[in-house]
Parts: sequence; C-alpha cells; structure tokens
Amino acid sequence: MPLIATDALTMRFGSITAVDTLTLDVEPGVVGLVGANGAGKSTLIKILLGLLPATEGRAEVLGLDVRDAGEAIRERVGYMPEHDCLPADTTATEFVVHMARMSGLPATAARERTADVLRHVGLYEERYRSIGGYSTGMRQRVKLAQALVHDPQLVLLDEPTNGLDPAGRDEMLGLIRRVGSDFGISVLVTSHLLGELERICDHVVVVDGGRLLRSSSTADVTAVSGVLVVEVDDRAGDVARLLREGGLDVRPAGRLLEVVLDGEGTFDAVRDAVAGLGLGLVRMERRRHRMAELFEAPREEAHHVDVP
Amino acid sequence: MSTSPDGRTASAPPGGGVIHDIGYRHYEGARLGRAAIVRALYVDSLRGAFGLGRSAKSKVMPFLLLAAIAFPALVVAIVVNVTGQSEFPFELTSYAFLLYIPLSLYVAGQAPASVSRDLRFRVVSLYFSRPLLRQDYVAAKYAALSTAVLGLLALPLVLLGAGGLLAGFPASDTLAQLGQGLVGAAVTAPVMAGTGLLLASVTPRRGLGVAAVIAFFVVVTGVQNALQGLAVTQGRDDLATWTTLAAPISTVDTMIAWLFGTEPTASVVLPDGAQGLAWVAAAAALVVVPYLLLLVRYRTVSVS
Repeated sequence: MPLIATDALTMRFGSITAVDTLTLDVEPGVVGLVGANGAGKSTLIKILLGLLPATEGRAEVLGLDVRDAGEAIRERVGYMPEHDCLPADTTATEFVVHMARMSGLPATAARERTADVLRHVGLYEERYRSIGGYSTGMRQRVKLAQALVHDPQLVLLDEPTNGLDPAGRDEMLGLIRRVGSDFGISVLVTSHLLGELERICDHVVVVDGGRLLRSSSTADVTAVSGVLVVEVDDRAGDVARLLREGGLDVRPAGRLLEVVLDGEGTFDAVRDAVAGLGLGLVRMERRRHRMAELFEAPREEAHHVDVP
Repeated sequence: MSTSPDGRTASAPPGGGVIHDIGYRHYEGARLGRAAIVRALYVDSLRGAFGLGRSAKSKVMPFLLLAAIAFPALVVAIVVNVTGQSEFPFELTSYAFLLYIPLSLYVAGQAPASVSRDLRFRVVSLYFSRPLLRQDYVAAKYAALSTAVLGLLALPLVLLGAGGLLAGFPASDTLAQLGQGLVGAAVTAPVMAGTGLLLASVTPRRGLGVAAVIAFFVVVTGVQNALQGLAVTQGRDDLATWTTLAAPISTVDTMIAWLFGTEPTASVVLPDGAQGLAWVAAAAALVVVPYLLLLVRYRTVSVS
C-alpha cells in the first residue's frame, strides 16, 4: 500500500494555482517534500489531512481517500504545523496529555504515552515548566511530541527545522530520522532546503509552483558513481599527466582529481602514480552523487517552460 | 537477561546501575472515537472554567465570583431561618438578574480563557488536524461554559431552597420555586455563555476579549435601563416592559416571570397575555443565534 498517492491533484484559489496536476506515488519511509516558500507544500499537507477539498484530482493517504475518509486519516496521522501552535500558560506535559486525549486516547494511556514521547523527543525536567519559557528548539520538540503522542502511522512535519540554529537543526533532523527508522513511523517532512532532507530521507519529492519537478528515491540518487575522487598533498597536475599517459580519463576539480573508473586496475594505477612521484595520497574514494546536482537540470527546464 | 517488548535488552553502562533502554513502544490500546473526544474536550473545558487543571492564579477569579454569587443566597438562607420569616424576600426566578454583575464578570473572565487562548496561540490547528470537527469544538466549548454558568446559578438556588425548607416554608411551594429558578438558570446560562464565547472568539487577545465581554454586558443593560427609565417617566409601564427586550438578561428575566406568573424584576409589569411569546422567541434566539454565529466564525479559522 502506498503511503501517499495523488492523481492529477489540483488546488486553485481564485486565479492562483497552489497545486498543479500533481501525481505522486510514495512508499512508506521518510519522505522529503522540497520546494521554495509558496511552492504548495502546506496546501498539499492540508489536502492530505482531508481539511481542504481539492479542486480536481484524487489523493489517498494510507489507502484512504482524502475526500470521504478525512476523520479516519486524521486518526492515523500526526501533524506538526510550521507556525507556532503552543499555549504559553501550560506545561509541556499537560499540553501533550490534552492533545493525546484529543486524538482519542483514554486518560491513563494519554499520560503514559506523553511521558514516553516527551522522553523520546528529548524533553526531561523541562516538561513540568510552562511552555512560555521554552527555547525555539524545545518548542519544536513539544510540537513534534504532540504529533507523535497517539502513535500515528504517518506524521506530516511542516518545516520542522525552521528557526533553529545549526546545532538545533542537526538534532531535529536526527530525531526525524529516528522517528522513521527506530519508531517505524512514516514521515512526510517539508523543507525549502534540499541539502538537509537528502541526509535523512529515503525518498525526495521536489515541487515548484505547485508542480512536480522530481520524485525519486535517495538511494538511487546518491548511489556511488563511476568516478574516483583523488586528493594528493601536492603537485596534482603531475599526477594527472602521469595518469593520462596511462590512458585514464582525468579531470581536475579544484584541488581534487576526478578519475573515471576503468576496472579495478584504476586504483592501482593511481596508487602507483602517486607513490612514483613521492607524494602523499590524502584520499581516494568513489564519489557519491549529491541530490542537488540532479535537481539542478530539471529545475532550469521547468523555469524555461514557465517563460511565455 | 530481561527483554523488553520490542526485543531490546537491558544493558549496564560503565557507571554501574542498569538503564533499561526500552526504545520506542507502539500503542496497542483503545482509540476512542469522535464522540469520546468531544466529551473529553467538554470535561476539560468545564474544569478549565473553574481554573481546574490550570495554574493556581486562574482558580482565583472563578472561585471568588462563585463565592460572590453564592454568598448572598447563603446569608438569606440563614436569615430566613433565624428571623422565622414565612417567605423569601425575593422570587427565586430573579436571582440571576439580581446577581447580574458578578455573573457578567465570570463570563467575561472565562469565555476568553476558553476560546481566545486557542485562537491566539493557534492551538486550533492542532484540534482541527485531529478527528474532531470544527462544529464539535464549538459544541464542546459552548456546552462547557453553559454548564459552568448553570452550576454557578444552581448552587445559590439550591442553598436558598434548602434554607426555605429548613425554615419550614411550605415544601411543595418552595420546591416549585426552586424548580422555576433552575429553569430560569438553564435559559440564562446558554444565553450568557454563548454571547460571551462569540465575543471572545472574535477578539483573540485575551485582555481585549475580557474587556469586550464586560463592555457588551454593561452597555446593553445600561441602554435597556435608560430606555426603561424613559418609558416609566412617560407613565408607560407597558412600553417599559417592551424595553426589556433590549438586553439579554432582562429578556430572560421577563420571559421566565411571564412563563411562571412570578414577580418580574427587570420590568414593572408582566407582558400582556400572548405578548409574552415575543419574549420566549427572543430568549430562544439568544440561545440559538450566538451558537450559529460561533459555527460561522470557526468555519473560517485556518489550520496552517
């Protein structure tokens, strides 16, 4: 069963098209939804929660149609909004217990689950203090906790790293990765930064202006390439010349050399060339693709199409 | 070696002592449906209306006003026993009207606490992304504050009824008066609560909400008093009665007095015969219209 499936999904607000004939098929796991602000990410989340009827097209979440099974979807899904949504005058424990009950958990279960979940998101003694005094990082954790407290099958996280400093960002990303891998809960996480999602997602969907730019699994994209990256401590040019003489395709890339792999012998050739020149070999590894480079090309195309 | 539900084992860290890393546990227990969720929100909001489950500071005003509303009844109940009177110094149906000011202050304090907070901090988006529907939220909040106001009015009425029975008032008569008083309270409560919630729901800043509710209750009653005074000075007691329709509390007071044939407090004379139906219709509108407007208000609340 796909986690999320949409078919020609379209959402228009007057003359503005927020989501434009979006067709998606995403399997369970940690899914990144990348796009600039206003790309239609939040609108898509509202449609998936069954809160906003789409203008055209269909969408299913966990095999349930968003049009008529909104209540059942919202029972199985957790949602962490982008904006602030916490009352200042309650403690994290009281608040999360209340939200657990609002998801249908009985009182005792709500308290137990709250204690568990707050611990998992990394809130300890602070949970008995008023939320009003929390840092942004702590508030984001409470928001995540209320989305997880009823043990959903899927959580929708809207820009969870917004407003966090680099360290807080890393912690939040690690936490989201754990939700997917250790908790076994599927995640749809949005961001306007591709770089941070590529680290934690199994699958990345890129949208722009409500249209699908790309939907691909991270494993495919970041697979090892047929290029060997070589770093030497000095005289890279001499190494390159020597390798070319040996019949290899070598391209300088800044301080590094990129050598196109030509069988196992390439590794030996590089080692011998470096040793022969009496240099130090700092690094030799097969390069991994980065997602960004794959998305650059289609993004330009899309912009090109938009120009009248 | 102990094994936790998810198959992880307890491990001993270097510092000694055992940390049970139980990992993430899935929830296999009951998931209650929408009806139970609405009930839970109702109970939480009702408790919240008396500051229960909230900070110590938020308990002060509700209980102070509860005391202010119940204390006169307690005094009267004691006095009729000590002085050996044979009837109450006022109609039980008029108690809500007599204690209008503390009642207004209570609603002004609690209606914003109930709904403005969820709007201002945008907690509503968390409610509406759950199985609960918007109309469920409105119904739970409306019912909770109405119940709270009813409780606030019922306590003094019960005290008075008990005082009357102890003082040897005719039992059937006293119980009938108590019943009439409770019916009046049951109409007054949703009228006050609904109006308060509606005003609070359009003023997301809590302080403003409090001010708006007080101002509304004071101003409409002031206008009603002025109109009534004008009619009375013209010697038009019938017109004076019609002016009671200008304010919610005087509408309900006149309606109840007409219904039970008791002494009206807000007006000088009772509505004439079938004319009283106008007050019944007005009171019904005061119960229904704020509720409908609340539904409209929450239809436009955004989730993200």
